[in-house]
Amino acid sequence: MRAYLKPALLLVGLAALIVAPLGQGNYVIYLLSSWLIFSIAAMGLNLTLGYAGQISLAQASFMAIGAYSTAILTLAGWPWVVGMLLGVVLCLVVGLLLGFPALRVKGHFLAFVTLAFNSLVFLVSRNEEWLTGGIYGLSGMPRPSVLGFAMTKNLPFYYFTLFVFVVFCGLFYGIVRSPWGRAFKALRENPIRAESLGIDTRRLTLMAFAIGSACGGLAGALVTPLVQYIDPTSFALGHSLRILLMVVVGGAGYFFGPILGAAVVILMPEFLRFTEGYYLMIYAVLVIVLMIYCPSGLIGLGRKLRDLVRRKPVDRGDLKAGAQL
Amino acid sequence: MSEFLQVVLSGLATGSIYALAAIGFTLVWQAAQTVNFAQGEFVMLPAFFVLIALHWLGWPLWAALAFGLVISVLVLGYLFKRLIVQPMLPSTGLPLIIATMALSILLKEGAKQFYGAEAQPYPPLFPQTTMSIGGAIVSMQDILNLVVSLAVVVALTLFLNRTRTGRCIQATAQNPQVAEILGVNTRRMVLYTFLINAALAALASMLISPVYLAKFSNGETLGIVAFIAAIVGGFNQIRGALVGGLLIGVLDNLTATYVTASYRAALPLVLLIIIILWRPQGLLGTSEGRQV
Amino acid sequence: MQSRRTILATALTASVFVAAPWAAAWAADDAVLVPCVCELSGPGAVSGTNYRDGAHIAVDEINAAGGILGKKIDMPDYDTQTDPQTSRALVQKAIDAGAYAIMGTVYSGSTVVNMLVAQQAGIPQFTGAEAPSITEKGNAYIFRTASSSAKGVPALTAYFKDTLKVKKIAVAWVNNEFGKGGHDVFINEMKGAGIEVVADVPSEQGQADFAADVSKIKQSGAEAAFVYVNEEESARLLREAKKQGLTIPLVGEVTLTGQKVIDLAAGAAEGALAHVGLATSAPDPLIQEFVKKFQDKYKRDTDHNGIKGYIGVYAIKYVTEMNGKLDSQALADKLHGLTLKVADHPGMLLDTSWDKNGELSRPSFMTQVKDNKQVVIGMVPAN
Repeated sequence: MRAYLKPALLLVGLAALIVAPLGQGNYVIYLLSSWLIFSIAAMGLNLTLGYAGQISLAQASFMAIGAYSTAILTLAGWPWVVGMLLGVVLCLVVGLLLGFPALRVKGHFLAFVTLAFNSLVFLVSRNEEWLTGGIYGLSGMPRPSVLGFAMTKNLPFYYFTLFVFVVFCGLFYGIVRSPWGRAFKALRENPIRAESLGIDTRRLTLMAFAIGSACGGLAGALVTPLVQYIDPTSFALGHSLRILLMVVVGGAGYFFGPILGAAVVILMPEFLRFTEGYYLMIYAVLVIVLMIYCPSGLIGLGRKLRDLVRRKPVDRGDLKAGAQL
Repeated sequence: MSEFLQVVLSGLATGSIYALAAIGFTLVWQAAQTVNFAQGEFVMLPAFFVLIALHWLGWPLWAALAFGLVISVLVLGYLFKRLIVQPMLPSTGLPLIIATMALSILLKEGAKQFYGAEAQPYPPLFPQTTMSIGGAIVSMQDILNLVVSLAVVVALTLFLNRTRTGRCIQATAQNPQVAEILGVNTRRMVLYTFLINAALAALASMLISPVYLAKFSNGETLGIVAFIAAIVGGFNQIRGALVGGLLIGVLDNLTATYVTASYRAALPLVLLIIIILWRPQGLLGTSEGRQV
Repeated sequence: MQSRRTILATALTASVFVAAPWAAAWAADDAVLVPCVCELSGPGAVSGTNYRDGAHIAVDEINAAGGILGKKIDMPDYDTQTDPQTSRALVQKAIDAGAYAIMGTVYSGSTVVNMLVAQQAGIPQFTGAEAPSITEKGNAYIFRTASSSAKGVPALTAYFKDTLKVKKIAVAWVNNEFGKGGHDVFINEMKGAGIEVVADVPSEQGQADFAADVSKIKQSGAEAAFVYVNEEESARLLREAKKQGLTIPLVGEVTLTGQKVIDLAAGAAEGALAHVGLATSAPDPLIQEFVKKFQDKYKRDTDHNGIKGYIGVYAIKYVTEMNGKLDSQALADKLHGLTLKVADHPGMLLDTSWDKNGELSRPSFMTQVKDNKQVVIGMVPAN
């Protein structure tokens, strides 16, 4: 029975995604598209963060690389796919170049390097007007057309995004379930043991970071035709932190965590709007409480609640190992 | 030449305040092995405590400063440790980092909601009189900012190396388990570290706000600069943070004057990447063991 | 276990879809919906909040007097968090909710993004942004509530050339979309006027130390400097200029002589000059009355953004009543090339005209800081 449950649920979820925008206004369709896109970026970051245990603060700048590549090429008349591929490959290469030195040493150096990198990308895209349009950015990028159908309207473009998203999820699932992906998990659970089992942890972490960054590039490549306007401020450091929050709030290390997290982060302001100026404060408090009581995010919280109902004996993480300090 | 001297001296004065914020980074790193992403907000907030005492309570400046210091130590030191850091121990790492990011949003938005979104004038601590040094004009304020920051670093270093409490704090930072066995009250030492961090942040706030003005969003810029200063100088050395802060203050001005103003913000970032490539422990950091 | 997670994710996602449309579907039929999409948090919060509060004063007055064509104005506030992409989504939301017209946004960086959405939907949008590019894109639905820097800076050219008679000039500007807009217009204007720009000094938003900027201006031998930075940066630059003994005239556009800058600069703003499109200190009874109303209602002073919001809403009212119907297209058509005289339309505070691009023009002022107050030293006619 359980073997059928999972594919059935996935089909229901997919059906929900197909039906969701029908009869909705442009705002909801736009929100849904941007949720799918940010899910891709967050899933990429999840590979770095949830599976390989390294913090990257540059996911927004990888989106910028993807977005600008796509924008510059599509404005020059190339098809979207070419721009997207260029963006993804660029991100992969930049990820390797950035990660290689940073992962050479222990500690959170990748976080530091990526933080600096994000700010540098902002400065370059603002200052190099000849390439990026400077602070005013680029506008008027065409939306892609597939088999002669132009995706100019919002609804077809949503389905285009959904298609890319589903293909992406398939590939991503493949990575996570491959021996490689299992090695990622081993790495996160116990790096020393993983090492002793002959896993080259550094190379693996580097690959996780580079692939995660490439996912950011793909997300950026979708932002360009969605917004049809890109500028440096849309990819500033604050947005990297936002994507990081998506992963952590949803549940780092879970496949569906970032997707849930992206939904929460994008829609939260919508639901807390009645609190006027206080919603960011409420949001911040909720995140802090979540981190204290359930660092594994909302999915972890769901599992915890389920275990409570089932009355299974569980170890609470915060009771373990005694106080160190 | 006078231009060179001018920008170097001004850079040193600004850099000394970055250094105070950067030292806080290194202290929290030592105590909880975490990066405090709210450090910039820790420097932004005390100025508002002072303003509340001045304008809402009508207190004189010295009392308002004392009030600011006490409240900062209480809120940013004790409560931060008690309510956010402690419940997460010992499983620090990522959740704590995320929590400090959320805390930075909370403090920023809180300051805005309760005091206002506009920048506020802030009373100067030192006289504004200026003097000419080799053609460069510096204010008394600049010089005293630098002197106070240096004095604090020296005092803190002496405290940590020469007093019993200071050594216990160091022992706790280096190896909490062993320190515990040796009879050090590690909980208390960690608390002290957090209190010192809050006091330093309050001091930095009081020194920088007359120049930088009090504004809810100040922490965004200050936090990143302090962060870079801490890494460049060496994350495990107090004097490293000082050197990092001064270096960034001076380099920023030199780049803007002689190279390119539109990439002035890039230089510290490039410096940071180079440091991590070439000397990940920082300019003055030691590669093995941890030290406060 | 995996499947439970899937259930949870699916359930949550599904609940989100069910709830979302309800949030958007509350627009009442008997009201005129004019959402205010502006910067209520983030770096633009000061400007955005003043803009919104000014607009709400107008809404309250108009509703108390019977509304537009007998219908009350309904103005919900949407916070863009000073984020262009969020602002784009929110303008879309306003349109989905059935907006008649849209107020905002104030930041140019957001407006250039979200005005495309309003344009596609044919909904007139009243922006507080001042970047020249906004009205240069042939968008027939965007209308300013303040002149762009493309209008404001040329007013200064005459001042530099004829009044100050300078040959060499420096420009200090903030390197964001606000500063860049003013900077580019300025460089062009100076070229046209034959004045040499000897120092071109960009600064970062939130910059602490202006020693290098001021030192560069000082060394360049400029006879005057054009200062185009945000409020706090203005104050810091003025202080550093005073410290380094920079004595040349410092001339700004809008912000430099504002009361906020004067307070923040603590005496260093003395003598600074600025061209101001909408001065809250203007010796005009209607403007002074508005400033007082704002003060009474919100217990704080507004900057010129409060006035922008106020007149934006009144423009919607006056033009709609001229048309005699609630038709967004007619509103946009009518506004092009229209002049609203303050004698017949007191809510406009000053005579105001829009050209075919939605650019606005009205009389403006030259101001100077004297005894820590902004004083109007001359009037510049509408162009």
